[in-house]
Amino acid sequence: MSLKIDNIYFSYKNHPVLKGVSFEAGKGELISVLGPNGVGKSTLFKCILGLLKPEQGDVIINGTSLKEMTPAMLAREIAYIPQFHNPVFSYTVFDMVLMGTTAQMSKLSVPKEEQMKYAEEALKILDIYHLKDRNYANISGGERQMTLIARAIAQQAKILIMDEPSASLDFGNKIRLMKTVRTLTNNGYTVIQSTHDPEQACFYSSKILAMYDGQNLAFGRPPDIIDSRLISKLYGMDIDVINLDRQVISCVPKDLHRMNKELSWLTPKFPETEETIQNLSE
Amino acid sequence: MDSPLMIIIEASESKSRRAFGDGKSDSAQIMKKYYKLTILIMAILLVGLILGSVALGRFPISVKELFGILGSKFFRIRPFWTPSQESLLLYSRLPRILMAVLVGCSLSTAGASYQGVFQNPMAAPDLLGASSGAAFGAALAILLNLGNTFTMIFAFIFGIITVLIVVLIGNSIRGKRALSFILAGIMVSSLASSGVSFIKLVADPTDQLPAITYWLMGSLNGIMPRDLLFAVIPMAIGLIALLLLRWRINILTLGDEEARTIGVNTKALRIIVIAAATLVTSACVAVSGIIGWVGLVIPHIARKVVGDDYKKLLPASMLMGSFFLLVVDDLSRCLFTNEIPIGILTSLVGAPFFIYLIVKDGNRS
Repeated sequence: MSLKIDNIYFSYKNHPVLKGVSFEAGKGELISVLGPNGVGKSTLFKCILGLLKPEQGDVIINGTSLKEMTPAMLAREIAYIPQFHNPVFSYTVFDMVLMGTTAQMSKLSVPKEEQMKYAEEALKILDIYHLKDRNYANISGGERQMTLIARAIAQQAKILIMDEPSASLDFGNKIRLMKTVRTLTNNGYTVIQSTHDPEQACFYSSKILAMYDGQNLAFGRPPDIIDSRLISKLYGMDIDVINLDRQVISCVPKDLHRMNKELSWLTPKFPETEETIQNLSE
Repeated sequence: MDSPLMIIIEASESKSRRAFGDGKSDSAQIMKKYYKLTILIMAILLVGLILGSVALGRFPISVKELFGILGSKFFRIRPFWTPSQESLLLYSRLPRILMAVLVGCSLSTAGASYQGVFQNPMAAPDLLGASSGAAFGAALAILLNLGNTFTMIFAFIFGIITVLIVVLIGNSIRGKRALSFILAGIMVSSLASSGVSFIKLVADPTDQLPAITYWLMGSLNGIMPRDLLFAVIPMAIGLIALLLLRWRINILTLGDEEARTIGVNTKALRIIVIAAATLVTSACVAVSGIIGWVGLVIPHIARKVVGDDYKKLLPASMLMGSFFLLVVDDLSRCLFTNEIPIGILTSLVGAPFFIYLIVKDGNRS
């Protein structure tokens, strides 16, 4: 299993959004894409999912270029997990998950025993089998997000793309979701998610892609790339990244951090440590 | 702290939640569970109604006579019926009953399919202008004194051409595909309607204008066996196509991007479903004129009974639509000595019933 994004360019009309983004993902990795609003995270995902055609560059899945794949072929490799939403029509949770199996059937048929089995397995993996006959429109946001992940699992794809999956979840559900995602990556799935939460990204991800101005600002393991300068540049404000443990960080606004005397003993993680100490002593 | 306002909000929330599904009445749940049984019961009711409808009318024909007359075409049976009964049954009553069944089935299936394609439970078969285009074609044929057969052919062809124009325009509008189609549909429909108005203006007020007006009301009066033959082929093609694609219509309701990542070629599928639904709608309008409300109300009731899954919804819509239109057509020919056009009756029954449904259960969109 390998996914390679090779120097992608994309613009909407005359407005360039992606200006050469590259990264690679291997089996069992969780890659988080960080970047300010409008930097092109969703556009990048749409290019990977074949919804948009990049002007330059290529997406290569297991050695095959995206350009040579039909929607059904692609669906067997990559699944998309959107943010949970309100559907127009009300389907049961089971039907919703069953829809993920569509790419495995012939175009003119309805789901058979085999597809039903895939859907049931997916529900069991996500531990939401008890919701099977509930109406998707009436379950909670966290449960809906789990249903959409189950649909991706039923799709039998090994690469999962998640667009800000935890954006509208409460604190507990966010953690539940990330635990589920880690269980999936431990079982060989590759997950690529976009997020606005550097602390969460740092804690759970195997690698982070920081996007700025349509380009890679950095790509690598969280402890190697996340520091005050990177986060400050990404979000356009002075942020202190405080290292509490290897992959546990806390991001606080610099001015607030310095004002609060009780917190000031926590040393921010800067790229150049000596300079930091100088700054602090001034 | 339970302030009165909070209690009201909570009460209304729980009420609306009950309207949504989970708290659906037990009977609806049971019907969903026993889908096959529900379909079987519907089919038996429909067959019963067809047999009953044969007997209905000013000149009675019993069920025994029906089987006798039909059987005599294949076996030697000594006639126990009069020749006038036989010709009435074969050339007037039976074609009309079968047409009512077919039109009801087609309009509700087309309506349900359009609702899926446009992700809008309020979509009807004439959303993309099939009816107004057909009306223009029929009015044109009547204006040119081309006769009944050409009125039918014109209606059919203009219905399809109108939708074709709508799809071409919709495809060239940037942005959300479903919405572009609806916008283009509204525009082209109103163009066709103004065309109809113009034809009415210049038509001969003694014979052409009443003919156009009567055609627009929709009626199954005077259906001939050859009309049945004309309509049955496009209807069968469209209905079979929609039945085969019924699972995939579910995926279309998720929206373009999600559907494509699930592995469905949305552009092709949408065009095929629209083409099939347009084929059946145009065939209906061509033989029966404009019969409103069936394509909107019947899928709505079917959704209440079997749920929104198109795998079950389409067969249920087909049976319920056939049943409904046959009942209304029986009323239209038997209620008064002078027949009431069926288009008037479907609106008369459909619209209040629809309002009742909306008020009772709320608008789910």
